[in-house]
Amino acid sequence: MTEQIQKAEEALRSTDDPGVIQEILDNNPELKGLGNYEYGWSDPDVAGASAKRGLDASVVEDISAKKGEPEWMLKLRKKGLKYFERKPLPTWGADLSEIDFDQIKYFVRSTEKQAQTWEDLPEDIRNTYEKLGIPEAERERLVAGVAAQYESEVVYHQIREDLEAQGVIFMDTDTALKEHPEFFEEYFGSVIPVGDNKFAALNTAVWSGGSFVYVPKGVHVEIPLQAYFRINTENMGQFERTLIIADEDSYVHYIEGCTAPIYNTDSLHSAVVEIVVKKNARVRYTTIQNWSTNVYNLVTKRAVVDAGGTMEWIDGNIGSKVTMKYPAVYLTGEHAKGETLSVAFAGEGQHQDTGSKMVHMAPNTSSSIVSKSVARSGGRASYRGLVQVNPEAKSSANSVVCDALLVDTISKTDTYPYIDIREDDVTLGHEATVSKVSEDQLFYLMSRGLAEDEAMAMIVRGFIEPIARELPMEYALELNRLIELQMEGSVG
Amino acid sequence: MSTLEIKDLHVSIETEQGTKEILKGVSLTISSGEKHAIMGPNGSGKSTLAATIAGHPRYEVTSGSITLDGEDVLEMEVDERARAGLFLAMQYPVEVPGVTMTNFLRTAKTAIDGEAPKIRTWTKDVKEAMAKLKIDADFANRNVNEGFSGGEKKRVEILQLELFKPKIAVLDETDSGLDIDALRVVSEGVNRAHAENNMGTLLITHYTRILNYIKPDYVHVFVDGKVAEQGGPELADELEANGYDRFLAAAA
Ligand SMILES: Nc1ncnc2c1ncn2[C@@H]1O[C@H](COP(=O)(O)OP(=O)(O)OP(=O)(O)O)[C@@H](O)[C@H]1O
Ligand SMILES: [Mg+2]
Repeated sequence: MTEQIQKAEEALRSTDDPGVIQEILDNNPELKGLGNYEYGWSDPDVAGASAKRGLDASVVEDISAKKGEPEWMLKLRKKGLKYFERKPLPTWGADLSEIDFDQIKYFVRSTEKQAQTWEDLPEDIRNTYEKLGIPEAERERLVAGVAAQYESEVVYHQIREDLEAQGVIFMDTDTALKEHPEFFEEYFGSVIPVGDNKFAALNTAVWSGGSFVYVPKGVHVEIPLQAYFRINTENMGQFERTLIIADEDSYVHYIEGCTAPIYNTDSLHSAVVEIVVKKNARVRYTTIQNWSTNVYNLVTKRAVVDAGGTMEWIDGNIGSKVTMKYPAVYLTGEHAKGETLSVAFAGEGQHQDTGSKMVHMAPNTSSSIVSKSVARSGGRASYRGLVQVNPEAKSSANSVVCDALLVDTISKTDTYPYIDIREDDVTLGHEATVSKVSEDQLFYLMSRGLAEDEAMAMIVRGFIEPIARELPMEYALELNRLIELQMEGSVG
Repeated sequence: MSTLEIKDLHVSIETEQGTKEILKGVSLTISSGEKHAIMGPNGSGKSTLAATIAGHPRYEVTSGSITLDGEDVLEMEVDERARAGLFLAMQYPVEVPGVTMTNFLRTAKTAIDGEAPKIRTWTKDVKEAMAKLKIDADFANRNVNEGFSGGEKKRVEILQLELFKPKIAVLDETDSGLDIDALRVVSEGVNRAHAENNMGTLLITHYTRILNYIKPDYVHVFVDGKVAEQGGPELADELEANGYDRFLAAAA
């Protein structure tokens, strides 16, 4: 980053005056967007600055050695690397051609030791999480456990004592691999195989951090577990790996959030999330993705659900440059249920290619996908979904509803609903709507004193309300606030 | 004391057949405390006048002026007009899915006043205003105008009128679609706003019945984009008896 930009960035952060901000932005077009993104600061970056760029076998070996992993994991990583190198970039979704894999830093260790108290963290990192409000949520007991990942590793981690006493395990994946290898030998890569897709392969090769959750039989974790992912360095590649196992009749809600500084060059976030939902268990996984608009967010998320179990994905994509993410549910047991609520917001320069995949593999399984997307200022929001019903998955039912809202005429929305039905006895429903913010709606709200961008934000909030309603209160407020930020200055 | 002054107002809209002039020189002055009724045939331009005062972007003012206490209203954005004290009760209020009445009313009140109302008194004000207008308390949690019946939408417009306390209000056929009881309740709401805030009103209507409740000081006959005649309340009775023939003949 040039000195001038750095100076301008500092100046921008030290003022609230809209006039001054505008002037700085006019003089430094590279910083456009920073005004609307509140999480765009970066900490001093010693670890990142010295990190190696580019990927080869030595990088993979180095990561594995640093973590002191078992031999089988290193083998799996190497296999992942092979698949990654062999598989072509997908061309069916968003444009990924500009990702420069040689520039990416694949592993950055920012602190030597995981902290159990926020005070134990290096000051910069602690301040960052304070600014993000994570310790506060923990103090207020809005969450039952917290994992905070900074660059490649989980730097802070805590779980409520009572849950631990009930046998709930919630820790970073690296530690879990050491302490509970049996789960890993059985489940790691069982939901998302190493060669599933190019980015799952990449993740398998260089994964680091992420969460491991185990909820024992019959245990209900009533308050959500939270993970927070932060990228700090430029050209970072963050590859967390999460494995959640909900044993029979258990329940857990896992929430993740993420942010990153704004840079001129791109970072890559490529996570893999595997979830095992056993008989009659229920898992809810909520994401509020708010990466800065220089992050490629290419994530594979999948759950397998046994008989009577339920998997719910609540997937909010507000940030990133490009997101490709289609949380999947494999309904393997009778009466298993899958549900995805997806909300995507595509602003200037953003492409949100999101949706869901439901695979019915047993009789009487049901699934639903509700997708709501908003595009503005030339952004593009695509819904991409697959509903597959295998032979023998009798009396299964699926419904897909996707609604798109266009805030202006330069933005774009498209839908790619694929279905693959190999069984006659199924019930399917599909609805899709595209609406524009109507002149009359805007006029009505503005005639009640709301400025144009406030009116827009109100209409957009109303549009996604059916999904916001599903979030815990603080997250619904957060989502609304993010949307307001996104809508600021959206009209000109 | 406020005055809304409309002078020789010409307004056009863009249609597929080209530009069409709808208002052809309207002049009207409405001051605080006054009640003006406008009556006129369908399509004569009454809603156009109302929407132009509020600043709907579809209508282009080609000449003439609108001022509020000397300030150029035509220079103001729609929201600025609302904040300046103008209010339009719409003929067809718009639905806003996913936004509750409670949220909408508070947000609008905050925007109009430039500061958030005090929570406790505000909640009480809203409740009382709803009760007086015989709007069920459930409506507070319903989405703005979504699934409201025609009459319910009109009541909610008057609810806003009472809560936002504008200086000058334009009511576009607020009486259409109201049952007999609702007509009375809504009229009382308008009269309260007059009594309490010394509001000035421009009331667009097709029927003299509402004028029995909201007694106009002036009646304007609106024909073909212009005020064809002005008078007192007796002019409304004449229209009720004889219709618009006399004015249409004169305009043709
Ligand atoms: N988009 C449009 N294209 C063509 N004509 C239009 C358009 N919008 C309005 N008009 C015309 O403008 C004229 C005035 O309409 P306006 O709604 O102001 O009438 P009004 O006096 O309020 O009638 P009503 O009593 O039926 O409510 C009408 O002839 C109407 O057809
Ligand atoms: Mg009309």
